[in-house]
Amino acid sequence: MKSIIALSGLGILSLLSEIFNFKKLLMPLVVIGLFACIGFAVYDWNTNIHYFNEMLVFDNPALGFTILICVVSLLWYWMSQSYFQAETHVTDHFAITLFALVGAIMMVSFGDLTILFLGIETLSISLYVLAGSKKNSLSSNEAALKYFLMGSFATGFLLFGIALIYGCTGGFHLSTIHQYVVSSNGNFPLMFYAGVLLMLIGMSFKVSAVPFHFWAPDVYTGSPTVITAFMATVVKTAAFAAFFRLFYECFAGVQGMWVNVLSIITVLTLLLGNVMALQQTNAKRILAFSSISHAGYMLMAIVSIMQGYVIHTNALFYYSAAYSIGSIISFTVLFNVSTATDSDSLDAFNGLHKRNSLMAFAMTIAVLSLAGIPPLAGFFAKYFIFFLSIQSGHIWLVTAAVIASLIGVYYYLRFIINMYGKSVDDLADVPFQKGHQLLLITCITLLIAISFAPGLIKIF
Amino acid sequence: MLTAVLILLPLILSVPLFISSSNNSKNLALASSVLSLIVSIAVCFMFQKNAEVQFGFELNWVPALGLTLKAGIDGISIIPVLLTNLLVPFVILSSDSLLRKIDKPNLFLGLVLLMQSALIGVFTSFDAFLFYVFWELALIPIYLICLMWGGENRIKITLKFFVYTMVGSLLMLIGLVYLYQHTTGEPHSFDLQAMYAAGKALPADKQGLVFWLIFMAFAIKMPVFPFHSWQPDTYTDAPAQGTMLLSGIMLKMGTYGLIRWLIPMVPSGVEAWGNTAIILSIIGIIYAALLAIVQSDYKRLIAYSSFSHVGLIAAGIFAMNVQSMQGALYQMLSHGINVVALFYIIQLIEERTATRKITELGGIRGIAPGFATVFMIVMLGSVALPLTNGFVGEFFLISGIYQYNAWYAALAGLTVILGAVYMLRSYQQSMLGEATQISSFAELTGNEKVILYSMVILIFALGVFPQPILNLSEPAVTQLLQQARIN
Repeated sequence: MKSIIALSGLGILSLLSEIFNFKKLLMPLVVIGLFACIGFAVYDWNTNIHYFNEMLVFDNPALGFTILICVVSLLWYWMSQSYFQAETHVTDHFAITLFALVGAIMMVSFGDLTILFLGIETLSISLYVLAGSKKNSLSSNEAALKYFLMGSFATGFLLFGIALIYGCTGGFHLSTIHQYVVSSNGNFPLMFYAGVLLMLIGMSFKVSAVPFHFWAPDVYTGSPTVITAFMATVVKTAAFAAFFRLFYECFAGVQGMWVNVLSIITVLTLLLGNVMALQQTNAKRILAFSSISHAGYMLMAIVSIMQGYVIHTNALFYYSAAYSIGSIISFTVLFNVSTATDSDSLDAFNGLHKRNSLMAFAMTIAVLSLAGIPPLAGFFAKYFIFFLSIQSGHIWLVTAAVIASLIGVYYYLRFIINMYGKSVDDLADVPFQKGHQLLLITCITLLIAISFAPGLIKIF
Repeated sequence: MLTAVLILLPLILSVPLFISSSNNSKNLALASSVLSLIVSIAVCFMFQKNAEVQFGFELNWVPALGLTLKAGIDGISIIPVLLTNLLVPFVILSSDSLLRKIDKPNLFLGLVLLMQSALIGVFTSFDAFLFYVFWELALIPIYLICLMWGGENRIKITLKFFVYTMVGSLLMLIGLVYLYQHTTGEPHSFDLQAMYAAGKALPADKQGLVFWLIFMAFAIKMPVFPFHSWQPDTYTDAPAQGTMLLSGIMLKMGTYGLIRWLIPMVPSGVEAWGNTAIILSIIGIIYAALLAIVQSDYKRLIAYSSFSHVGLIAAGIFAMNVQSMQGALYQMLSHGINVVALFYIIQLIEERTATRKITELGGIRGIAPGFATVFMIVMLGSVALPLTNGFVGEFFLISGIYQYNAWYAALAGLTVILGAVYMLRSYQQSMLGEATQISSFAELTGNEKVILYSMVILIFALGVFPQPILNLSEPAVTQLLQQARIN
């Protein structure tokens, strides 16, 4: 709660900064604010505190995800610093991203469907604007429009689902719904089924699961690279935390209702995301499809939800952390490379190890982690999730996931092949954007640190 | 604790190599590898000759899932550990010409040390999960070495290599997790002994399934026919040092894996399918030897010869008696030394004459008799002439296989006969005769002498005094075979 207030305050402050002219102070303020949020979350740890009649519940998973979101946003602000400076409306960007963060934190800590809806909308509306923030670029405008149209459509589904669930259970509270599920002994009206499935569709859209993914490649490619990085990390983490919380708290007891549908969605997401990535020549698009495929792995955590098993939250948390840091690194490198070469294509990476060896090294670590090669964090993340899926009996799902990750290895290797195996005639150096050298070193350290401490798996 | 030193020393020293901007830190890498060698020789001397795991450590890693960091050295792992630490200094020492040619010599050296660390990890892990992590970690540096400094078709070939081994590894992971699920206790455990117990308790058909899942990974790595199609290309196309690492050490990951992680784990599976594995290995022996005879590229010839020899080791392992197992371990050591020396000699020939085509060579003995003599000795070691190291290993292997099945032994013995055919024929064509196409050939100098003379000494020393090494592994082998018995 404190972090929501702090971040909202900061957002309003940054709107004012245009008027009172303290733009230069904004970055330090935001950094302090985010550190404060992390501090609040650590302070509240184990208190299980709730607000507004349990509409917001800050239990440990909520606080954990809050911390993760804040840490990743810190890295992200660090990364996007130079992009912000190049733009004219710095304050708007700050304000919008801060509001998006407020939405994200609401999504990880909701105790009530209205808050879930508010969080999703706060986040999404900010994102629609951010996607179109490169005003003169046609593709950015296209991305914003596509995202907005598809997004509002999905919101409609979600809202309809919420309404139907409310109709059955008479409440918005997660605990009310849980009570209803427990007490109704398997006799559910059709309305309840429809409600669950509609919510499932709405959430699947938000996490870009196949077949609700059509917006993702275009939006990811069209948006400015830093915004894409924001969507792939902070937004994805928040969306999955919300998705998981909703289904874990409310619908874990009625798995039969949704687990088959979600399994099919998961398999499609895994295979399609990976297969489509094979054909791409645009690095940003590869990362977009890779992001879709990672949604598939994370969905496995939701498919294998078992009542009372908190370890699934841990697995999802670890996965989000590994994936977010890996993505921040890969998008940072992409941002630098595409700024230097003026191209998003995979060929822009050719011979990178001779042009900037740290960048090439960072990218190697990142893609190896994303591909799930031991001993990097991505491997442990995948392993935990696969393991939990096996435990809950989804053997064929794991088989599909193993095949998918094999396909994944192939296109992630393409980055390494281009960077180390291919050479270019023009060996111009790829310079770092301001501060990015240190950022990459920090991210690599973090990634390696969590690789060696998979014990994070038991924090909740 | 010494195990931890052996794993961490190269790992830690690889970091400054990765980040340093200085031109060439070969001496640092060399010092690190020599230090590792000294430590491992000390380990050999301090080793108590029993079946216990020594110099080990055990730490909790992820208690919630029962993962531990458990490593140590016993009589079986001591041999590949010794081999790795023996060969890496030579690999680094032999890389002078490569280091001059490439623009990031430190990156290469760092990758070699990282590889060394991972290999030691593979050979000393006593926790299946840790074993798997090191197993995969070893793949990354060698992949990058081959990708960055390989021949013309490196991109395609290394990709095939990577994907091939990755498929095998994933199958192994599935097999290991399957066994893990059957270990007793909550949480389950990846501990070696727990896995043995879990595997043994499975019904025979399930054991057969696990056998194949795990065997595939090792079979691809060694390689065993018909999972070999990545090997000749990769060996030929990799830089000489990459080939040395691949054939000298990395291949032993597969044979070691069979001994440690397959045979005692699913004894009924081995009983059902071991015969098939031997037949595949013997097919590989003959097939590879026949292909070696017709090769014109010297490096490719040695690649096929390595494929042929490893088939004999695999067959010996599946024969499952003390003699064949001891022979397999001894041959792992000998083959590593011989094949590294051979690939180094090919590298020297290529540097001096700019060709590897056997038909374009000839008459080198007349110009550089010292070189040709050394080559002869290494070659004789490789074709298992008595008094050389190759003889000891192959003798034990063949006599062990004879106890299992006399016909198999006769066929497996072809490895020696056909080996003599392709080796001596190629020697005759390249070293003897008239020097028609080659006008000059420099004698061995400096480092080259150091490397090849040491190899020659090792070849004779191991050939004449095999007992100290055999003594190291015997108790552990006996115990392992007892564990692998179905009762």
